[in-house]
Amino acid sequence: MNKARRSPLNTAAAHAILLTYTLIALFPVFVIVINSFKTRKAIFREPLALPSSETFSTIGYETVFKQGDFFLYFQNSMIVTVCSLFFILLFGAMAAFALAEYRFKGNTLMGLYLALGIMIPIRIGTVAILEMMVATGLVNTLMALILVYTAQGLPLAVFILSEFMKQVSDDLKNAGRIDGLSEYTIFFRLVVPLVRPAMATVAVFNMIPIWNDLWFPLILAPAEATKTLTLGSQVFIGQFVTDWNAVLSALSMAILPVMILYVIFSRQLIRGITSGAVK
Amino acid sequence: MTALKLTNICKSFGKVEVLRNIDLEVVEGEFVVFVGPSGCGKSTLLRVIAGLEDATQGTVEIGGEIVNQVPPAKRGIAMVFQSYALYPHLTVEGNMTLALKQEGQSKDLIAERVAMASRMLSLEDYLARRPSELSGGQRQRVAIGRAIVREPKLFLFDEPLSNLDAALRMNTRIEIARLHRQLHASMVYVTHDQTEAMTLADKIVVLRDGRVEQVGSPMELYNNPANQFVAGFLGAPSMNFLPAERLGGAAGLTIGIRPEHILLDGAGRASGKVTHVEKLGGDTNVLVDLGDGCVVTVRLFRQHDVETDSVVGIDFDEADSFSFDSSGARVS
Repeated sequence: MNKARRSPLNTAAAHAILLTYTLIALFPVFVIVINSFKTRKAIFREPLALPSSETFSTIGYETVFKQGDFFLYFQNSMIVTVCSLFFILLFGAMAAFALAEYRFKGNTLMGLYLALGIMIPIRIGTVAILEMMVATGLVNTLMALILVYTAQGLPLAVFILSEFMKQVSDDLKNAGRIDGLSEYTIFFRLVVPLVRPAMATVAVFNMIPIWNDLWFPLILAPAEATKTLTLGSQVFIGQFVTDWNAVLSALSMAILPVMILYVIFSRQLIRGITSGAVK
Repeated sequence: MTALKLTNICKSFGKVEVLRNIDLEVVEGEFVVFVGPSGCGKSTLLRVIAGLEDATQGTVEIGGEIVNQVPPAKRGIAMVFQSYALYPHLTVEGNMTLALKQEGQSKDLIAERVAMASRMLSLEDYLARRPSELSGGQRQRVAIGRAIVREPKLFLFDEPLSNLDAALRMNTRIEIARLHRQLHASMVYVTHDQTEAMTLADKIVVLRDGRVEQVGSPMELYNNPANQFVAGFLGAPSMNFLPAERLGGAAGLTIGIRPEHILLDGAGRASGKVTHVEKLGGDTNVLVDLGDGCVVTVRLFRQHDVETDSVVGIDFDEADSFSFDSSGARVS
């Protein structure tokens, strides 16, 4: 076993497989980024070529910054994603704690009811959601998107987190109770830090679909002031003419913030995994 | 004065009855040990006393006050858990002071209590460390320190030594006994280990299937067990039980005889083949098979050379034996 693990051939093979996978996964991103720095002609003539001194152009970025309020879209996307994640984690963790910790009538039923949301896509209810938003006057506000994304993310969050909450030592919670901590303090100070890796997982799972979503911004908040980045980039895609330079530049810039958020959360993820392994 | 009084405590989870009609009194300054096999309800009983579980029926009085409706933090108790249950994000000092801070005690008092507890448990050098930087024994001392600083009316210990290795377990046991002498505090201690029960307790409560089997001082229970269960549970190696018929007694009775009261004698009451010999240095345990599935453990003091497979006779003094009827109740 040990010998096999150390064999250079196996190590090389494992690395080769992982490297191939990395290349395949990163290639489309790479193509988008290089093409965003090329002239329109160069994009179509040689899509895979690196930008040279002749083909280099920042026209795409210029268009993006000139046309439409790119920073506002960016800010909207950021607000919606961060707020949604915050509420998903807060309410998801609280519900999971209640389901895992307290014995009450209908506990199992409640858990199943919450898990139902995993199986039924929220987009089925789009018309009803739109009607509700119109009735409450939330159409064209970021609040509408935050509420919908929170609802969309909660079922999986509750499902994953309640499993992890069950693993937190009962003795620790009871020690807190005997020392006079309130249930809220026990939750925030003792339990949440211990399930942080699970919360990071939930955050990563939810972040990317929210950031990339086009459906709900288009339906619930299409106004100029509330457009998200994904929706804002759509102005460059027309039925007959598409401004590829601008589209590629917008997409390249859209990758950055998700990447930063991912790095923050994934560090938590890895820390959680290793702390368990070397215990 | 009574430190703790339980009256007719019952507890059931759904249809499963875990505790049945438990009555108990703990005198102030007394060290009471709940002992019993796993699943007998001893930990549940401790949780009911602590207020972490509600009793289905019955009352819990701590220091003369009925506390059924009082939350755990206000009952005047402190608890030490098997898994230490230290707060991972706080230092040793933070762990010990948290409860006092929650009660809103003055800084001087907190500092004084921490100084006293850490001196008692020799934790002075570790006050700034976090639980993850401590060894198992040190963690358990911090958990005990966290209980001491509160100066509770009643200490509760939930199998505090089960996670420690054998050598450390003995040291910590002695430490707990010393603390009890120094603090003169009332303590309730749960364990499944009969050695801990015998060595620590002023009073042992033997539990089985949620019922109290017998209450008494360790020697009372050892010398005068009320039934076959208590007789078999206390003492190591445990008591031998033989059908009385084999030894020429009445049918249906069981004779109980402790391993140290049996002699190996050529012309004894019964004879059998030695199947195994355990040499411990201080004493020697000999397992003798009398046939028909009757195996008797004989404990000889000091070192003896007994051959396995040799045939030996066993004998004992009638006065040292107990007899039980078929329901397990003591007859004589």
